Amino acid sequence: MKRIARSLTATALVTLMGISALWWGTDGLQAFTAETARRTALLGSPRALPAVSLEDQDGRGFSLQDYRGRLLAVEFIYTRCPTLCRSLGMAFRQIRDHVPAAALGKDFALLSISFDTLRDDAASLRDYGRTYGADGKHWRIARVRSEAELKQLLKSFGVVVIDDGLGGFEHNAAIHLLDRDGRLVLISDIDEPLKFAESVAAWL
Amino acid sequence: MAMNRETHRVARIGLGALYLVMLTPAARTWLEATMTGHMLLQIPLLAAIGFAASRLLPERWQHGLLTTVGGAVPCVAMAIFASSYWMLPRALDAALASPLAEAGKFLSIPLFIGMPLALAWRRLSILGRGFVWSNFYSMLAVLGWLYIAAPVRVCNSYLVNEQVHAGWLMVKLALFLFTWWLASFFIGRQPAPREDESARTSGNASQTHLA
Repeated sequence: MKRIARSLTATALVTLMGISALWWGTDGLQAFTAETARRTALLGSPRALPAVSLEDQDGRGFSLQDYRGRLLAVEFIYTRCPTLCRSLGMAFRQIRDHVPAAALGKDFALLSISFDTLRDDAASLRDYGRTYGADGKHWRIARVRSEAELKQLLKSFGVVVIDDGLGGFEHNAAIHLLDRDGRLVLISDIDEPLKFAESVAAWL
Repeated sequence: MAMNRETHRVARIGLGALYLVMLTPAARTWLEATMTGHMLLQIPLLAAIGFAASRLLPERWQHGLLTTVGGAVPCVAMAIFASSYWMLPRALDAALASPLAEAGKFLSIPLFIGMPLALAWRRLSILGRGFVWSNFYSMLAVLGWLYIAAPVRVCNSYLVNEQVHAGWLMVKLALFLFTWWLASFFIGRQPAPREDESARTSGNASQTHLA
């Protein structure tokens, strides 16, 4: 009898701990993948980002912190990308066209950052911008000057870039929103640009 | 008997060496480079190391441990919860991104999956073993199917086609294990009494060592 009671107690304890671990490990059975987790983690806790030196399609140096006081949409791309980044470029264009025109440039800007620091030079960034109709002012295309800073930046955003074995990359593509203090506040799917534009309008 | 002790010693050294080799950055990079290597090679190997290591403990310790933790049922529950956790795609990404999660993996899989299964296995009836087996391969099949059918990339650290490849392997492995398990009924093997007998004799052996 004593043995059965002990076994029952232990099983209950293990079950309780097991459920707690699974609950904790999935943010309350919500986030089963790292990508969902990275998005839900932002809810209610904006994330500060490192100051890295960027360089736009015209070779001008700047940093994310220069956008303080404005909302900023950020996407990560590489210009040779045949698939995902095309959708990203299209999504960005739709966002630009759907936020209130008066806010563009004054209260809201867009920034595409290349993670292919080695191959994306100013010329390829300009080409990419031209393809998607970026004006180079309110929507700039940029690269990170140093490889080490790129790593730091990607890590802070939670963006993982892996070699696809075919000369390209696979990456968790999404649209990121930075608030007026330069903190990451929202990560959105690339196939919902209009919803993102609405969120931006709500933040304005 | 001396021979037995010698084999145990060699097995202990071998297992320890295997564990240490798996801990090296080179082995980790190699096994974790693909989802298949990570999920279907590294994790099962870690569980197997925990299982085998528990079997190498003196028989009295094994009995003592099993009694202390409350018998076979909590052990099986622990293994099921721990293996469910390590089946989360997020857990794989975390192990790659954070050294703490990686350390957690190397400790929790042998200790919370391999060891409790080893302790519980001999005490389980044919029904209990059937429960563990069917639970295992059905989880494997469902997970594999999810990986194949998922419209999204479940791990940020692995390519999409790698995910589909791992998914198919899991489904195939589940089918193979199921067939094997089913076939074992027809072959009419009676493992339980024989294992108990050998357990008793080796138990006596270790007691004589101690005495």
